[in-house]
Amino acid sequence: MSQARRYLLRNQDIPDIDRIEVYEANQGYQALRQAFNQYEPAALVEMVKASGLRGRGGAGFPTGVKWSFLPDDGRPRYLVVNSDEAEPGTFKDRELIEHNPHQLIEGMIISSYATRAREAYIYCRGEFRRGAEQLRRAVAEAYRHGYLGENILDSGFSLDIKIYRGAGAYICGEESALLESLEGERGNPRLKPPFPAVAGLYGMPTVVNNVETICNLPPLVLNGAEWYRTMGTEKSPGLKIMSVSGPVNRPGNYEIPLATRLRVLIDEYAGGMRDQRGIKAVIPGGSSVPVLTADQLDTPLDYESVLAAGSMLGSGGCIVIDERTCMVGVAARLLKFYREESCGKCTPCREGTYWMTDVLNRIEAGEGKPGDLELIADMADNIGGKVFCPLGDAALGVVVSAMKHFADEFEAHIKEHACPMGARLYYDTVNH
Amino acid sequence: MKPHWETWAEEAKAEFPRANSALLPLLHRIQAEEGYLSPQTLAEVAGLLDLAVPYVESVVSFYSLFYQRPTGRRVIHVCTGLSCALSGSDQLMHRLEAKLGIQQGQTTPDGEYTLLEAECLAACDKAPVAQVNLRYRESVDLEAAEELLKGEVES
Ligand SMILES: Cc1cc2nc3c(=O)[nH]c(=O)nc-3n(C[C@H](O)[C@H](O)[C@H](O)COP(=O)(O)O)c2cc1C
Ligand code: SF4
Ligand code: FES
Repeated sequence: MSQARRYLLRNQDIPDIDRIEVYEANQGYQALRQAFNQYEPAALVEMVKASGLRGRGGAGFPTGVKWSFLPDDGRPRYLVVNSDEAEPGTFKDRELIEHNPHQLIEGMIISSYATRAREAYIYCRGEFRRGAEQLRRAVAEAYRHGYLGENILDSGFSLDIKIYRGAGAYICGEESALLESLEGERGNPRLKPPFPAVAGLYGMPTVVNNVETICNLPPLVLNGAEWYRTMGTEKSPGLKIMSVSGPVNRPGNYEIPLATRLRVLIDEYAGGMRDQRGIKAVIPGGSSVPVLTADQLDTPLDYESVLAAGSMLGSGGCIVIDERTCMVGVAARLLKFYREESCGKCTPCREGTYWMTDVLNRIEAGEGKPGDLELIADMADNIGGKVFCPLGDAALGVVVSAMKHFADEFEAHIKEHACPMGARLYYDTVNH
Repeated sequence: MKPHWETWAEEAKAEFPRANSALLPLLHRIQAEEGYLSPQTLAEVAGLLDLAVPYVESVVSFYSLFYQRPTGRRVIHVCTGLSCALSGSDQLMHRLEAKLGIQQGQTTPDGEYTLLEAECLAACDKAPVAQVNLRYRESVDLEAAEELLKGEVES
């Protein structure tokens, strides 16, 4: 396989890059010096806009544009990094914080300089015990080496970074729920507008960005916006980390130029299917997006192409499902996740995910009744577009698309009172 | 209440002086020492941070990693997310339940083990995945299940 040079996942090439000496010896904190020397904050925002970098947390919103929404009214500003990664199938941010924390810290200093934030927070998922330890250690190193605190590298710019641990709640990855949690509240999403850029943390103008988004800043400053645009497409330029899991030979995180074909990701990067199994479906962007089918493997992995194929690039969590796996089981398993993680604020999401999971479970168990599929479709209609935050809609992605593409599989479960393939989610021993 | 909790409360307030941001950091620290958060602890935390007791209770009940019942010396989380399920996490959970003689969600009578289900732990490439006191254990096949129960652990 032709592995191009890595920029975001250099930890896969350079041992111990989590230590500041090793990071520094490999161009570490050079981008920060360059940012201070070459750019005024506003020019840096323009450069990020020109690069076309889009948020890697799921929604793909252009990062430079988001930064330019901050009102210029003299109030303090905050940068908040979203490290709550909990979208099933996604595991890139954890690798980035555990194995190369200084890259994130350098990116945060550059981003704070650009947005003129003087205080920055990392909201770290509660389950990431090692991730939080690595971040704490790296932040302390950065202070000792003069990259954080007052008057960084004699630039006149000052910044403090604080690490805040979540405590187990997927919804806290949603940016407004995250801010609630950071303020010591239950993680219920806020009404938008106002958006965080206008009234975010402590009511102040706030930028919330994903870990991977911010990790793009050091290579972007070092190599420039034009370099970034040599990869990907006009609307989806640059690099994206894809987390590949399921029965492939080499599951893991892969840094791809956007618009790399799904087939190439699976066959070349991830080493193809284990035991030559056939592919039945792929969830390309985390558990919240519709499934793609085996005839869509030539889809280029960029935001527009995946959307045109009926799904979304989302967080880049790519779950590969082989032909022997039961799609009813897949749908039931994912819906259960949303049922557990619904924050309960709105009835359609709380009740709908509960009952839909129940019905799916009984279909999977061979106890489905005629009319159950219509019942699920009805319940989905009552959630779609009728809830307070995107979690409710996210819950429907896989279920609704699986019922559409694999309708006969669902119907057969009801008619035959069993899985037609005799399949389960898991059918062999783990030996990889 | 332990005397050093007051120091911890001051430290949390100094690091996160605005809104109620000191609450989660203080709860994490106390739970790491106590193993769980009793009703009395919650009342004491409320006192330390000048918050209403029902408020603290309501926040704590929202988050799955705040335990409101005593936990075992080892808290075992088995991921049952989709990628782990595709690699046999349900079988792993059943094996542990049988081995420990408890159901998920329970603690063994000797106070040694608590067995819990986790949602995707962001390590799907190493499925099936578990955590022991939030330390990752990767590619835990049925033979490796026993290993989760043995060896030294940090609290
Ligand atoms: C239910 C839900 C969960 C989310 N979880 C995450 C997450 O874990 N990490 C993340 O960066 N964004 C997550 N997001 C997206 C954030 O709300 C937000 O768009 C993102 O952090 C913005 O950063 P970006 O522009 O750099 O992508 C989630 C959104 C929703 C609705
Ligand atoms: S849609 Fe679901 S998660 Fe979002 S606010 Fe409503 S109940 Fe909470
Ligand atoms: S599904 Fe278990 S770690 Fe993601």
